[in-house]
Order: sequence, then C-alpha cells, then structure tokens
Amino acid sequence: MKKYILDLKVRSNRRLNRNHNLLELGCINPLPPMVPGQFAEVRVDGSQTTYLRRPFSIHRVDRAANTMHLLIKSVGDGTRKLADLEAGDSVNIMLPLGSGFTLTRNARVLLVGGGCGVAPLYYLADHLFRQGNKVDILIGGRSADDILMADDYRAFGTVYIATEDGTLGEKGMVTGHSVLKNKELSYDMIYCCGPDGMMRAVAGIAEAHGIECEVSLENTMACGIGVCLCCVVETHEGNQCVCTQGPVFNSKQLKGWTAEVETGCSLDQ
Amino acid sequence: MASLEVNIHNLKLKNPVLTASGTFGYGEEYDDFIDVNALGGIIVKATTPEHREGNPYPRMAETPMGMLNAVGLQNKGVDYFVEHIYPRLLKYSNYVIANVSGSTVEGYVEVAEKINRLDHIQAIELNISCPNVKEGGMAFGTSCPSATAVTRAVREVYDKTLIVKLSPNVTRIEDIALAVEEAGADAISLINTLLGMAINAETRRPVLSTVTGGLSGPAVKPVALRMVWQVAKAVKVPVIGIGGITTAADAIEFMLAGASAIQVGTANFIDPQASVKILAGIEEYLYRHNISDVRELTGGLVL
Repeated sequence: MKKYILDLKVRSNRRLNRNHNLLELGCINPLPPMVPGQFAEVRVDGSQTTYLRRPFSIHRVDRAANTMHLLIKSVGDGTRKLADLEAGDSVNIMLPLGSGFTLTRNARVLLVGGGCGVAPLYYLADHLFRQGNKVDILIGGRSADDILMADDYRAFGTVYIATEDGTLGEKGMVTGHSVLKNKELSYDMIYCCGPDGMMRAVAGIAEAHGIECEVSLENTMACGIGVCLCCVVETHEGNQCVCTQGPVFNSKQLKGWTAEVETGCSLDQ
Repeated sequence: MASLEVNIHNLKLKNPVLTASGTFGYGEEYDDFIDVNALGGIIVKATTPEHREGNPYPRMAETPMGMLNAVGLQNKGVDYFVEHIYPRLLKYSNYVIANVSGSTVEGYVEVAEKINRLDHIQAIELNISCPNVKEGGMAFGTSCPSATAVTRAVREVYDKTLIVKLSPNVTRIEDIALAVEEAGADAISLINTLLGMAINAETRRPVLSTVTGGLSGPAVKPVALRMVWQVAKAVKVPVIGIGGITTAADAIEFMLAGASAIQVGTANFIDPQASVKILAGIEEYLYRHNISDVRELTGGLVL
C-alpha cells in the first residue's frame, strides 16, 4: 500500500484515564486507504528527549467523518507531548505502515486485548463485524480504570472483561478468563494484542485448541519502513522487521512462541 | 540557476546530496515519499560475502539527539544482492553505490569482485568502520596497516571508483585517511558511527543486546565536522562528509569544512523527505549568496 507523509489536524483529544488519550485526527483531503493492524509513525515536536518518531496502531478510521484515531499511552516525555495536543494543532504522521491482520468473513473470531493493547482492535472489530463475522472481544487490565472504552466495542459483538483486582468483569488475568479456559474453545481465529507475556499465553491456548492466532507486536523502531532493521523479531524464516513484515504475525511464525521442538541450529556467534 | 554538479573521482554527481548506507535501504523504500532520482546518488545497505542475520533484538536505543544501533550488517549476502536486489536498482538513473563489508580481507575482495561486474554500479564504498560486528568491520578501519591491507586488496580487483568509509573511533583519523589514500582509495567518506553505550537504570541492564553500539544523528555532527576538516586538509582525494546532517545548513558546513559531497543518514528515519529538502535548501543558499557553482563551497571555511 502506498505510504504517505501528512500533516493532520487534531480534531479532538479525549482523556480516557490517568495516562491514556484518544486523539482524533483529520485533514481536508480524504485520508489514505489503510487496513486494520497497520500503524502510523508520529513525529513528536517540542520534546527535548524525543528524537525518533513514535509508532501507534491505527485505532479507528471513520470514513464518513474523514478522521482517524490514535490511542496514546503516556509513558515518557514524547507521548506526554502528544497527549497534550489540542484541537487545531498539527501532527506530522507517516502512514499507513506495516501489514494488517488477516481479515476473515462470516467466521467466529475472538479478539483479546490487554491494557493499551486494545489499540489496533477497535478498527479490527469494526471491520470484522461489517464482514459478517461473529465477534467476541475479551479485554483485560489491572483495574476497572484500565479497561478502555469497553462500551464502544459492544456495537460489534460480545464484550468480556477481566481485571486483576476484580473491579470489573471476572477477577484475574485475561488469560485466566472463562472464555479462554473453556475446554471446548472453538474460534476460527484469535487476534491478540497486549504485553508480550499475555500474547504468548494466548497464542499457547490457541495452539492447544488448534486455532490460528495472530498477534500484533510492538518492538522499538526508528524508521518504520523497513530500512533501519532495528525492530526485528526472530521468526522461523530469520529476523524479520516488525515494521514491514509485521506488526501482525501469525504466532506460528515466531521463534520460541509455540511448542514445537526447536531444531537446535543456532545463529553464528 | 547555480551549477550543482560535483565530481567524486570519475563520478559526475548531478548534486552533492547522497544518502548514507544503512539509512536508505535499497532506495525503493523511499519511492513513496520522494523522487529518489533527484539525488546525486544513493549508497545502499551494506553487502557481505555471506548471508548475515545480524545481532539479536534489541538493536536500537534512542539517545539525546541521536540513536545507537547494533544491527550487525544484517543482509542476504552478495550473491542474493547480485541476483535479486541489483535488478531492482536499475530503475534509478542516478548513481547507485554499493557498500561493501566483510570479516576477512578475502571476504571484502569477494564482494568487490562480484559487484565490479555490475554495470549500473559505478562505485563502491568500502565499509571498514562498522562497530557492530565481532570480526572485520571497524577492526580494519582502526589501524593503518589493516586499513591499508584491505584497501590495497580491494583496489587490485575493483577498477571503478573506490570510496573508503572511515571509522571515527581512532586517535588520529588523518593517519588512516592517508593510509587508505596511499593504498589506492579514490575518495574517502566519513564518519561512520561513534562507539557508544546505553544503560537502563531501572533494570541495571544494557539497552542493546550487544552492550555497545554505533551512535548517529545530530549528536555526532560536531565530531564529524571536525574530522572531515582534519581529513580534507590531509588528503588530495575528494572527501564525502557524513554525520548527523539534518538540514541544508549542516550540509553546507560539511562542504565548507572540505567535503565535496555529503551523505544524509539518520535524518532519513525522522523525515523520509530530508534528503530532497536538504538539496532544495542548498540551492536556496547558493541563490541567496549569489554563488554560481556549488563546488565553490568545498573547503571554503574562512579562518
């Protein structure tokens, strides 16, 4: 897909909780084509400690309004600068980057998100729902306050929630939720995004039930377009760039993620 | 319109703006963002004799006004380059320059020989300065005898323009420059990355899997500028300036320090249009200063 570098305008900026913001961006011309799972590289202006762009999943695309949303988690000075943007501010952005999720039709699918790992799942749920899929969405977080916009997902399917402190939904880790504990677990596809350990656990559960599982990775990167080779992940076909060959991978592609016996060859030292 | 053409040995570049190896892929990654042919040329990702997987993740650390990388020359090897990548480079009408690396003198020679047969590649840049590989790379570029040996061996098999890219991780860079000039280099490019390190205070662990890595970006620019100035004074062959060039002013400073051309590197990561913006800025500078030929800038520093 053709990539663009654009100056978008902030249409709105909604604070979701203490460290998450929903940034709505738009422009006069139609936004470029993009698909669920792709991401954008955002330039951060006015932060002394931020030199590189920051990658964000494309969270929502509203074609009617010609806007797109990014879910911003404030983790450092650069992301805080983005969280402080106001309507009318300009944002320099490269998009759409990377490959998207495999998009099923008329299937039964489960989306699993942990924390700000829900970022790519809204656009995915929206798309899958329109394609006639039966969509279940499982969202996990530490506490009720960490469950972002759960109500927004109800338009696309059934929403299940797990919180570690039990303040919302089932108590415990997302991977311990009754949806995933079900011995008869049967979906055509599981899509997952969240912390590394959570994704590995979900991929393991999917594999145990013979279900395909796609995960969205978030390695640190510089260029976002497959040039610097910094964001690589080890796959069975060698090191691959998360920014171009991902960020979405089938968990079976990833070395050390599934239970198969390793062949024992090591990289040259 | 001022003349922008510059000569690097036998290369007649239509302008002095090149892109640095490892920051511009094989050009095609930038086709969506710029007209790559507008540049004087591109130096493509380093090629080694064998396929290399590179170093384990994490390979990158953001630092004040720059970044450390420890990629470790990941590439599919020279045979793959010749068969699969070279045909894709034919669409570029400007200069495509290959960056050649290896872990032994024989390895460098093998890559140079194979690339010598490719008509569309009129020059190679000999990478004796990569800090991220255990053998070869920078080890060749940090002593005069080894820099001489590898340059001389490649010179014997390579009959087009031979550029040697120097490491800044040396005590007297002029000495290395003189050694490679004496050994047959047609031009010298500098600097490659500065050896650096990043630590995560919270975890007490190094950020990079390799502990140390190569620093690039605006943070290295003053060091690079000083080294270009020192080398340009010492050698007769043309010098190509590299190191944190982000704006046209940066590029012009390197030319005033003695560079005949420049390479845009890490800036490509932050702004994929940086190289063509720098080119436009150089033209604007020449117009504003009523300079008719960009070559007047080279060594134009007023002391």
